[in-house]
Amino acid sequence: MPDYAWPDAEHRTFIGKRVTRVDAPVKVSGQAKYTYDVHPPGLLYGKVLRCPYAHAKVVSIDTSVAEKIPGVKAVHIVQGQGSNIHWAGDEIVAVAAVDEPTAEDAIRAIKVKFQQLPHLVSDAEPPKGSAQEQGPLSMDNIGDMLDNQVPTRQMVSNIQQYGVTEKPSEDVLKELKDDGAPDPVLEALRSATVHPEAGNRPPTNYQKAATQTVGDPDKAFSEAEVVSEGLYGVPVITHCCLESHGSISEWTDQDHVFTHISTQNVSGIAGQMAEPLKIPATNIHVHQDNIGGGFGSKFSPDRWGIFTAEISKKSDGKPVRYMLERDAELKVAGARPSAYARVKVAAQKDGTLTAWQSNSWGTGGPGGGGMPPIPYVFSIPNQRQEHTAIRNNIGPARAWRAPNHPQAAVLTMCALDDLAAKLKMDPVEFFGKNLNLTKARENSYRDELAIASELMGWKEKWHPRPEKIDGIVRGVGMSFHTWGGRGHASDCDLTIHPDGSVELKMGTQDLGTGTRTCILIVAADTLGIPMEAIQLLIGDTNYPPSGGSGGSTTIGGVSSSARRAAVDARDALFAKVAPSLNAQPEQLECRKGQVSVKGDSSRTLSWKEACSKLGAMPLTVRGKNPDRSKPPDLTNSGVGGVQMAEVEVDPETGIVKVKKMVAVQDCGLVVDLKTAESQCYGALIMGISYSLYEEKVMDPTTGRMLNADMEFYRLAGLSDIPELIVHMMTGKGYDERGVIGLGEPPVISPGAAISNAVANAIGVRVPFLPLTPDRVLTAMEQKRGA
Amino acid sequence: MHDDTDDPLEAQKDSSDNSGLSRRDFLKISSISVAVPFVAGPKMVRAAGEEVPVHGPGKAPMEFSINGKSYKAELEPRVTLLDALRDEFEITGAKRVCDRAECGACTILMDNKPVYACSVLAIEGQHKAITTVESLMQDGKLHPVQQAFVENDASQCGFCTPGFVVSCKAFLDAHPHPTSEDIRRGLSGNLCRCGTYAGIRQAIALLAQKGA
Repeated sequence: MPDYAWPDAEHRTFIGKRVTRVDAPVKVSGQAKYTYDVHPPGLLYGKVLRCPYAHAKVVSIDTSVAEKIPGVKAVHIVQGQGSNIHWAGDEIVAVAAVDEPTAEDAIRAIKVKFQQLPHLVSDAEPPKGSAQEQGPLSMDNIGDMLDNQVPTRQMVSNIQQYGVTEKPSEDVLKELKDDGAPDPVLEALRSATVHPEAGNRPPTNYQKAATQTVGDPDKAFSEAEVVSEGLYGVPVITHCCLESHGSISEWTDQDHVFTHISTQNVSGIAGQMAEPLKIPATNIHVHQDNIGGGFGSKFSPDRWGIFTAEISKKSDGKPVRYMLERDAELKVAGARPSAYARVKVAAQKDGTLTAWQSNSWGTGGPGGGGMPPIPYVFSIPNQRQEHTAIRNNIGPARAWRAPNHPQAAVLTMCALDDLAAKLKMDPVEFFGKNLNLTKARENSYRDELAIASELMGWKEKWHPRPEKIDGIVRGVGMSFHTWGGRGHASDCDLTIHPDGSVELKMGTQDLGTGTRTCILIVAADTLGIPMEAIQLLIGDTNYPPSGGSGGSTTIGGVSSSARRAAVDARDALFAKVAPSLNAQPEQLECRKGQVSVKGDSSRTLSWKEACSKLGAMPLTVRGKNPDRSKPPDLTNSGVGGVQMAEVEVDPETGIVKVKKMVAVQDCGLVVDLKTAESQCYGALIMGISYSLYEEKVMDPTTGRMLNADMEFYRLAGLSDIPELIVHMMTGKGYDERGVIGLGEPPVISPGAAISNAVANAIGVRVPFLPLTPDRVLTAMEQKRGA
Repeated sequence: MHDDTDDPLEAQKDSSDNSGLSRRDFLKISSISVAVPFVAGPKMVRAAGEEVPVHGPGKAPMEFSINGKSYKAELEPRVTLLDALRDEFEITGAKRVCDRAECGACTILMDNKPVYACSVLAIEGQHKAITTVESLMQDGKLHPVQQAFVENDASQCGFCTPGFVVSCKAFLDAHPHPTSEDIRRGLSGNLCRCGTYAGIRQAIALLAQKGA
């Protein structure tokens, strides 16, 4: 059996080193092509008429004038007369024209009459008694819960308590399994009570989920020595990808479509377009070289991806481009669900955590959404959670890096930090004391906490919360996080040609995370040749399928399939070369561009000479992940990290400035230390951005987003970035775990760490992110009044 | 400073062969009530007692100098310089992101000055030396700013990167020895979503030390 295991530290050339991103030169020179840059001959330009109302019915559509405008090639009704519209900005009519100004003119010439309906865009605490018990669950509800990463235990108890509206067929169950439904959920669905009549029940705005209970929270609270209560929350924010969503589609003949699309999911797009376009997935060719940001919002072709292909068909198959305008991008193409909670936590005087109770609510738009996994990281022995999902008209939610975890971190770590303050304990001591509640991760958290404290200079910087403040004040705060990150399914083909050239094809995508670089690191390390000697081809449905880049699953998937392919290709090459070196294949090794007999440098061939022994035909092997026939498992699940923030607050203005952040993170075997660190730096920066600035602000009167542009939907800029320190946990205890994803974990903790630092600085909790001056001043004012 | 007229814009009034509109011309035209015929090329219209050139509606012939090469196109006067670069000439390094001068992803140089190409009309970009990120590389060799971006891992998805590179080049040309405060302030006109500022800041600080 070939040895697929990751090489140990002494036998690595590139793995785990600081390797420069291979696609950086094309990106810095403007040569990298993104979907938005693709410009096939005869390109037509799409534009969309969007609904201005948050809730409305389409009464009539008149496109007659638009159709007659010279240069307009197609007018396509997306949601026609009688359609119910559930959020402002939803698509009504799409057009294609010879240039963009003409397409804009056509949109302006379309007359649509709407009947406005009552809307709700608030996600404020549900009015008392307004929440309706969750009824029997439809399969859509189950899908929403999976999308929102509702914890398994919570899903199972909801299914058991409320039943389902229809008995799921085995096909449906298989689909759910493919979507990631764990076995206990599938089991619960199989044995659930069926209430078919409930399927017709109109959905209400406030839906109460089943209460979760662990242990005996009432007893624990009544016996508690110290109890802290507080209100915490995170609003809806948007993804704001710099390259907006969109695609270019053309019909290359009657029943074949070629699509360039900005996607995190190259291999999965054709399957989603096939049914609506009524052609087999095999007839849909999808391509993407580079993507300008996704962050969880680009897995589907979306309605606009489908109608772009449809208006191409109506335009004699000519290529049509539709990329969302910035306001549309912010309104409809991605929002992270909000989460708020009233939390009560209890501990003994020595800081030992005993009980948790939370009453949480939040919105994921029309789908409602699930409860974040609270209490987060710390499994407090006695717990009760009640959650109300708000269905409203703010637009659909999408997965946003580490779905539900940043919210869970704020709701949990801020509540625990307030408890530590009440106990007059240093949070390092308080969290340290309760690390046994993190179970399997206890030891690595303990190491990470020590390193983070050292790098932050926590001992010197931490002080008890001040009673009174005077002048500009500083404070420090911390948070813990966790994530899975097991590698997804990934196939690749590696070919060695008789002339020594090597190519690797994989239907994956590089989101800017360093995927290309890491695949090449693994293949080059295994084959003992330079990274430049391998031609890597990704981003196309002509290559073997590889999973969508979500949930930090890419690096584990692509590195594992690339490793297996490279080991098999290397060993197949050895078998061909061995006779000419007068050796057995297993005696050979390849290093530094040479194939030689181990321990005998006199018997050596250059890589090129060795490959010439292949004869006339190239050698191609398929690498797969997972592949139980080729052990060991090269990826793993479960990482952790500790982050600390230091802030400065001006009590006169309420302005918060982050002065320093520290991220200590583990993710198993690091493939490229340089791009891994960049991932953490980027996550800290994105975290500063959502902690201080980001919020999708909805106007309750019109139901529209008030800040659908980049002036008032603020992102952190270079001047907001403080000293940042990133420390990756590597070596013994980490490397042997295999490769685990890193995209989500470091973006989880900044909100909680920064909020805790502000509380430490000003002596009072600012309940909700973002920590804007008005919120800071209000919190201080309320403290003074109290 | 002494002006011949009470309005400094008067002195810069565009002639008919230097297309583009001054603010004053625009104010005059906006009060014209006669229908403007569908013609290419400027039409002289009498407004507020003066002859002023009017372009559009409809396409007007335009000429550009981009990265040292001349380009011609017929474009509507409402087309931005960014869209002309990207859709007409397929020079796609500058990116369209916010489309209203908020993010800097479309930063180019116009007569060596950094501008947001989304907020310049193509018609105003004529007869000016336009430099885009594509021309910074010389003989297959990256510009020092680009090289520093590569080495300091200052790009992730890369969509903001071309605009940032151009901004950084212009910034360092004007401030060869910036302080860290200068860098914070001077590079605040570009936004990144992946969070590459740490790498960018390091790249620029290293270049500043070298006095690039």
